[in-house]
Amino acid sequence: MRMLKIEKRLNLPLWLNLSIPLAAVTLALLTGGIFLGFLGVSPLKAYSEMLISSLGDSYGISETLVKAIPLALASIGVMLSFKMLIWNIGAEGQIFIGALATAAIVRYLPVSNPALMFILMFLSSAIAGGCWASVAGFLKARWQVNEIITTLMMNYIAIHLVDFFVYGPWRDPASLGFPMTPPFPDAARLMQFGNSRVHLGIFIAIIFAFLFYWLIGWTKWGYEIRVIGENPRAANFAGIDYVKNVVIVMFISGAIAGIAGMCEIAGLQGRLQHGFSASFGYTAIIVAWLARLHPLVILFVSLLMGALLVGGDSLQIVMHLPLSSILVIQGLILFFVLGGEFFRRYRIQFISRKDG
Amino acid sequence: MLDILVPILSAAVRSGTPILYATLGEILTEKSGVMNLGLEGLMLMGAFTGFSVTFSTGSPWLGILAAFIVGALLTTVHAFLCITMGANQVVSGLALTMIGTGASSLLGRSYIGETIDGLEKFTVPILGRIPFLGDILFSHDAMVYISYILVFLLWWFFSMTREGLNLRAIGDSPRTADSVGLNVKRVRYIYTLIGGGIVAVGGAYMSVAYTKMWGDLMTAGRGWIAVALVIFAIWHPLRAAFGAYLFGGVEASQLRLQAAGTTIPTPLLLMLPYVLTIIVLVIISVRKGKGLLFGAPASLGQPFYREERE
Repeated sequence: MRMLKIEKRLNLPLWLNLSIPLAAVTLALLTGGIFLGFLGVSPLKAYSEMLISSLGDSYGISETLVKAIPLALASIGVMLSFKMLIWNIGAEGQIFIGALATAAIVRYLPVSNPALMFILMFLSSAIAGGCWASVAGFLKARWQVNEIITTLMMNYIAIHLVDFFVYGPWRDPASLGFPMTPPFPDAARLMQFGNSRVHLGIFIAIIFAFLFYWLIGWTKWGYEIRVIGENPRAANFAGIDYVKNVVIVMFISGAIAGIAGMCEIAGLQGRLQHGFSASFGYTAIIVAWLARLHPLVILFVSLLMGALLVGGDSLQIVMHLPLSSILVIQGLILFFVLGGEFFRRYRIQFISRKDG
Repeated sequence: MLDILVPILSAAVRSGTPILYATLGEILTEKSGVMNLGLEGLMLMGAFTGFSVTFSTGSPWLGILAAFIVGALLTTVHAFLCITMGANQVVSGLALTMIGTGASSLLGRSYIGETIDGLEKFTVPILGRIPFLGDILFSHDAMVYISYILVFLLWWFFSMTREGLNLRAIGDSPRTADSVGLNVKRVRYIYTLIGGGIVAVGGAYMSVAYTKMWGDLMTAGRGWIAVALVIFAIWHPLRAAFGAYLFGGVEASQLRLQAAGTTIPTPLLLMLPYVLTIIVLVIISVRKGKGLLFGAPASLGQPFYREERE
C-alpha cells in the first residue's frame, strides 16, 4: 500500500527556495489565464501585451521603474511592521497623508531653492505619514486595538481627507472642475533622468532598502524587532519594551510610505489629485510577502510587480479590461505563494507499507 | 421629532442589513477559530452574483441563493489554505479580498447601468401595525426579516445546542475538542464555508434589495466594517445587530444631511463610518483590557495540526 507521509523539513534546499515562488507565480498566471479565457479574452494575447508593454522597449522599462518606486518604498515600510507581526495594512492611507503634507508645504511654505524644498517635503511627508501610522501603533501597543482594522479604516479616512482638500480649498481654479491642486512649481519637482519619467525616488528606494537591510540584520534594534516578531514572550522576559518598539516601528513604517506618496506626486504627477495612488499601498503588501520580508529582495519583486502594473495599464488601454483584472492576478499570486509555504515547511513523501 | 426619527431609524435598519449579514457570517466562521478577512471581496462577489442572476432569471431569490453558493465556493480556497495547509490567515484573507474585488469588477462590466425590480417591500401583518416600531422594523423586504430570524437562530445555536457548544469548543481549544473525538478540521471547514456564504448574501442584499443595481466597488468598505463589528459585538449575534444598525444609522443620516444640502463638505461626511469604527474599536479594546469583556475564540487565527504539540 502506498501512503503519503508528511514530515517537517529541517532545512530548505536552494533549488526549492527558488522554485517555489517561481511555481507560485506561474500557476497564478495560468489560473488567471483560464479566468480571462472564460471571459472571452485570449490569455496569450493579454499576457504578451502585458510583457511587451512593460519590458519590451526602453519606454516600457522606464515606466516599470516608475511604478516600482512607490511599491518598493511602501513595501519596505510594511515589511518592517510585518517583521514584528504588526499587520499594517495602512500603507495606502499613509501614502495619501504623505502626499497631503507635501502639497501643504508646496502651498504654504514654498521656497525657491530646490534642495531646501526637497528636504522640507521629505521631512514633512515622513513625519505626517509616520504620525498617521503611529496612531494605530499606539492603540495596538497600549490597548491591543486590532491594527488591521484601524489601519484599514484610516486608509478610507486619508483618501476622503485628500478629497476634502482637492475638491475644496486647494482646488486649482484653472482645472476646469477636476479635483486637483495647481501644478507644483519647478523647485518642488524631483529630478528626472534623461527623457524618462524615472525620478530621484529610485535612489531613495535603493538607499532605504540597504539601510533597513543593515538595520534589521546587524543592529541591536533590528535584533529586538526580530525577537518581538518571533517570540513576544521571550522579548518581554528579555526586557524589550514592546509598546515603545511598536510605536517606533509603526512611525518608521508610515514615514517611508509617506515618502512614497511625496515621491509619487513631486516626482511624477506634479500635483496632488483625487485618487492619485493606484493602490500602491495594497500591492506593497504582496511585494513584501513575496519577498519574504527581505529588504533587498523587495527591490527585485517591486520591479516584477511594477511590470505587472504597467501591463495592467496597457490591458486597460488596448484590450479595455478594467484595471482591477490585475487585482485578480495579484490575489492569485498571493494564494499560490501561501500554498507554497506549506512545501517549504513540510516534506511530502510516498512511502510503501505492507498491510497488516 | 418622531416624523424625522422614524424614517431615519427605518433607513438605519435597511442600510445596516448588508453589514449585519456579513457580521453574522464572520461570527460563525470565527467561532470555529478561523479568521476570514476576505469579507469585502466576498460581499462584492455576492453583490455581483446576486445582481447578475436576478437580472437574467428575474428571480431575486435565485440571485441570493447563487450569491450564497458563490460565497461558499470562494471561501473554499481560503479554508483549504488556512485549515489544511496551515497558511497565514491574514494574508490569505487579503488575497481573497483582492480576487473578489477584481473578479467582481471584471465580470460586472457589462451590468453597469442596468436595473432590476429586485426584492419587494411588504409590511408584516399585525406586527407592522405597532406604532413606530412597525414602521421601523416591519415595513421592509423579506431579507430584512430573515436577518432578524438569523440573529436569534445563531444566538440559540451558540448557546443552546450541542453542535453550537462543540463549535465553540473547537474555536477555543481545538486540542481538547480533538481529544474528546470532535473532527476539528471538518467542523472548521463547514462553518467557514457557511459563514462565507452568509457574508456574500450580505453583498447580494446591497444589489438585489438596497440599490437594485450593480456598481463597481459598491460595498465601499462595508466588509471591513463588518470585521470590526465582530470585535465590537464580542462575537455575540444580538450585539452584532445593534452594531450593524448603529452603522446603518450613521449612513442613513449622512445621506439625509447630504440631501438636505448641508454645508459640511461631502468627503468629511463620508469619513464618518470609518471614524466611528475606530472609536468603537478603541472603546471595546480599552474595556477588554480592564477585564470587563471577554468573548474572543481563544484559538482564533491559529491552524490546528493533530500531530503537533505546543
